[in-house]
Amino acid sequence: MAVAPKKTAVRATAGRVADVAPRTRAQPSPRRRPGVLLLVATRKGAWLFHGDARRQTWRCDGPHFLGNIIHHLVLDPRDGRTLLAAAKTGHLGPTVFRSTDGGRNWKEAARPPAFARAPGGEPGRAVDHTFWLTPGHQSEPGVWYAGTSPQALFRSVDGGVSWDLFFDLQTDPQYRKWLGTAQDGTPDGPKLHSILVDPRNPAHLYFGMSGGGVHETIDGGRTWQPLVAGLEVVEGLDASNLAFHDPHCVQLCPSLPDRLYQQNHCGIYRIDRPSDTWERIGTRMPKRVGDIGFPMVVHPRDADTAWVFPMDGSSVWPRTCVGGIPAVYATRNGGRTWQRSAAGLPQRDAWWTVKRQAMAADGSDPVGLYFGTTGGDLWASRDEGREWTCIARNLPEIYAVETGRPA
Amino acid sequence: MDVLIPSPLHSYTGRRRVDAAGATLADVLADLDRQFPGIRFRMIDEQDRMRVHVRFFVNGAQTFDLSSPLRPTDEVAIVQALSGG
Repeated sequence: MAVAPKKTAVRATAGRVADVAPRTRAQPSPRRRPGVLLLVATRKGAWLFHGDARRQTWRCDGPHFLGNIIHHLVLDPRDGRTLLAAAKTGHLGPTVFRSTDGGRNWKEAARPPAFARAPGGEPGRAVDHTFWLTPGHQSEPGVWYAGTSPQALFRSVDGGVSWDLFFDLQTDPQYRKWLGTAQDGTPDGPKLHSILVDPRNPAHLYFGMSGGGVHETIDGGRTWQPLVAGLEVVEGLDASNLAFHDPHCVQLCPSLPDRLYQQNHCGIYRIDRPSDTWERIGTRMPKRVGDIGFPMVVHPRDADTAWVFPMDGSSVWPRTCVGGIPAVYATRNGGRTWQRSAAGLPQRDAWWTVKRQAMAADGSDPVGLYFGTTGGDLWASRDEGREWTCIARNLPEIYAVETGRPA
Repeated sequence: MDVLIPSPLHSYTGRRRVDAAGATLADVLADLDRQFPGIRFRMIDEQDRMRVHVRFFVNGAQTFDLSSPLRPTDEVAIVQALSGG
């Protein structure tokens, strides 16, 4: 599928919304410092935002796949050129598109993630959508992982051209029990997400399941173990039943891979391996805000720093900004204290929220933070969250925001 | 035989009508996939079930059976299901 995306540029202006305007600035020459690439996946297509090295000017490249549901769009950090997009439409089945030239041309995977055909007479499962994409370890070029709904973990060893089931949760008797039924998942299907690769060891992986908890392998996927001790579940349910565990987003600290942070259905947590018990650090959030949300973002160089975007998880779970007032919360000490960060964000009547894949950090110094809203706005901070600027608005509902350094 | 392709799949075929051969609907879909790799999986899942929102008509009559026999003069129409939105 080829797309001829539109290209426009925006200049970020602190504290107010910047309109998309005709391109007014030449592209950086190859000699300049590399910029930041934002990869924005939405309910109606994908957009790429190319930022200059100072992250002041953003060139919009899109839409790609207009009308397609794009759950995740990821740049391969190992080559800075390969992009994978998890796609489906309202009518058509799921697939994965690949680009090896930074999004100029796209080609569909020859064999997208799909379950094996069931033996005769059995109903069998079908992938509804690929939800999560993770590039493999630095030492394994071409390896990618994909999490799907229904929950399953797939692997590609050829850069996303063909995919095979990596861990068949459904045929493992113990995991099948933990997965529960379809009703134990989220309204649009339970999802396998937060596939994490230990940068020190390609055989050490984690993943989360929206219905089934956090799991770990240390032998390259031959065996998996739950990692849920210390995590709470909804009041009245049995925490020993993994079907009741609902991690929303788990992140591993690149600068300290034994530390993971987690935004869970029931709070914010941190774990420092080899401990196998999570500590709820969200109890130190302001009581009026609470510690419910979906995204979790970690600092690329400081394992004590992490960011969350709380939402209203009261009563029927409105899943909006708390009180209609959006704010990012940051910890600089591993979760002992939290600071509100909302300069530049709307002061009232903002009834959107941020989904689990829709908030990300870049590798710059100071770190750039980005989030996309269910209302279709894309926000950026060049100073680790102290001040926010809207760099694009009126996009479709944003499902995911990732960052990358293009080659 | 003549096969009408719905607009969401024109990115594969480049046109709204294509020619495909086969003694059954399953054969025709296999032939389409040979000509336009990947197109079948967007319509038929890995368990050989028609996807929920894709519909197949043979000479104007809807069919849910991939083994439906076809004649070379039949016309197959693949359409997006209308679901009220």
